[in-house]
Amino acid sequence: MRPIDNTRFALGAATGNRLRTVLLMLAMSIGVAAVVVLTALGDGARRYVVNEFSSLGTNLVIVLPGRTQTGGFSPQNVITGTPRDLTIEDALALRRATAARLVAPIVVGTSEISGAGRLRESIVVGTVADYYAVRNFRMAQGRFLPEEDWTRGSPVIVLGAKVREDVFGSAPALGQFVRIGDRRFRVIGVLGSSGMGLGMNTDELSFVPIATAQQMFNTNTLFRILVEARNREAIPAAKEQVREIIKARHGGEEDVTTITQDAVLATFDRLLGTLTLGVAGIAAISLAVAGILVMNVMLVSVSQRTSEIGLLKALGATEAAVRNAFLTEAAMLSFAGALLGYGLGQLGAWIIRLLYPTLPAYAPQWAVVAAIGTALVTGLLFGFLPARRAAALDPVLALAKR
Amino acid sequence: MNSPPTALIELAGIERVFRLGDSEVHALHELDLRIDAGEYVAVMGPSGSGKSTLLNLLGLLDRPTAGTYHLEGRDITTLSPHEQAQVRSQRIGFVFQSFHLVPRLTAAENIALPMMLAGVAPAERAKRVTQALDDYGLTDRSHHRPDQLSGGQRQRVAIARATIMQPAMILADEPTGNLDRATGEEVIRLLEKLNARGVTLIVVTHDAAVGRRARRRLDMEDGMIRADTRVAAA
Repeated sequence: MRPIDNTRFALGAATGNRLRTVLLMLAMSIGVAAVVVLTALGDGARRYVVNEFSSLGTNLVIVLPGRTQTGGFSPQNVITGTPRDLTIEDALALRRATAARLVAPIVVGTSEISGAGRLRESIVVGTVADYYAVRNFRMAQGRFLPEEDWTRGSPVIVLGAKVREDVFGSAPALGQFVRIGDRRFRVIGVLGSSGMGLGMNTDELSFVPIATAQQMFNTNTLFRILVEARNREAIPAAKEQVREIIKARHGGEEDVTTITQDAVLATFDRLLGTLTLGVAGIAAISLAVAGILVMNVMLVSVSQRTSEIGLLKALGATEAAVRNAFLTEAAMLSFAGALLGYGLGQLGAWIIRLLYPTLPAYAPQWAVVAAIGTALVTGLLFGFLPARRAAALDPVLALAKR
Repeated sequence: MNSPPTALIELAGIERVFRLGDSEVHALHELDLRIDAGEYVAVMGPSGSGKSTLLNLLGLLDRPTAGTYHLEGRDITTLSPHEQAQVRSQRIGFVFQSFHLVPRLTAAENIALPMMLAGVAPAERAKRVTQALDDYGLTDRSHHRPDQLSGGQRQRVAIARATIMQPAMILADEPTGNLDRATGEEVIRLLEKLNARGVTLIVVTHDAAVGRRARRRLDMEDGMIRADTRVAAA
């Protein structure tokens, strides 16, 4: 029998009994839909947590001055004395680290911003252009701090959303001047409102070039240096390089602390990834159940169609032809069910996203592929026994049944 | 019909034993039979005489417990199931009492079924089906499904299907059993027409009227041929 004839014949057989076909597809589709929806939920939760952490910036290594070390008093402490501060030069040196993609030093101070006749206290952050990329900020208006020499600060300022609102209200802020102490700054950008990050509400911050901030606060030290590693795998290398560079610059003294948020993130990622997998496994059970249902329905179908099978054999069908016809039928029913289930699952995930907009409930690709694959394999696997039974039917008995 | 008759079927020492619980039933017993190409044979006898078993055996749907079966000089009993399927496909046409049409297929599709199973190209299939529909007066019924056809039409579809692969023999099991007399006669005439064209026709029947029309009559009883009568063509 030609493959196309086989397919058409099986299709005819599959659609011949509507109720059976619909029930079977329903069973299969529920299995697939369950996998899609549950993995979408699990993966959505994982993505939600990861995203929350990523809003701090991904693959971040945070460098703090001073060494925090448990161990209390040791002879080493007596000899080494106080740690050195971090400087802009240290930050510039860190740019040489091959595992680092971006380096952003920050200085933090509190000051009063006045403009448009209003006065507001704000935390002023001195930093550089790259900070924008490191923190994954989003501009509401204008642009972030310009790329410039870190040791020369231009009199420009970027306002957090809340600061802008408090100072300018509904009036336009972009291009206006504000005053901090005795300095005048031109507003070149306003950040989109975001929320908490690194323990500070970004909406209430103002950003000025780092050199300007250092002059303003009369300091030459840095609060932190944020280093973004090239990728997740590069984080340990970045951490190591940061330590090496600082150690070399600080006279062999390792007097900084490096923190990676990734350690926490990875744990959550793994935890929730496993959870998703577990949930997918539970959903897969329904696929197996669907497979058994396929087998039952196909077995019933074989016994209902014994006379047809006998006839096919009498007309010269080989055992292989009969088996293929039934296998094709099972495969088609499973596949159609899987497709339907995929549609239902995506619909379910969409409804979840509608109900909980913060949860990015998208089924991961691997789950979708696995669900449809499993549906097909179970369909074929469980279709095999009925198909073999059909092929082995004695045509005499099959035909005798009127 | 001028060529000397060649042996189409040769059965020698055929036994067919069914096991029913503890007892053995000899459906066929020490059966020897030779049927030449082009013959018109009616197999008659009471229920349980073994005539259906004989027909199934001739049609390669069943295997003898013992004995040999030569079809066109080939020992059929030694063939693999695959080869037997091929022989059924190419050399044998079946006509059943209850028609055995596939209910979800149209008349045309039912007729095309053996060709589809044999892997005949679609174009060739369409050509032959059109011809067959025309031959059996079913052209306007080609897209009807069996439940939309009368008994006579159904059996005509079945005969068209049995002949579509141009087999050497037609095995008909009570072809008129589910039909009224007039329709039954029409069907028998169709089968006889095929026989006139050289196709060997073997009909199993209860109906004495049908049996009388055949040129050769096998009367069976208890799995044996009791009488083998040849009569002049009607």
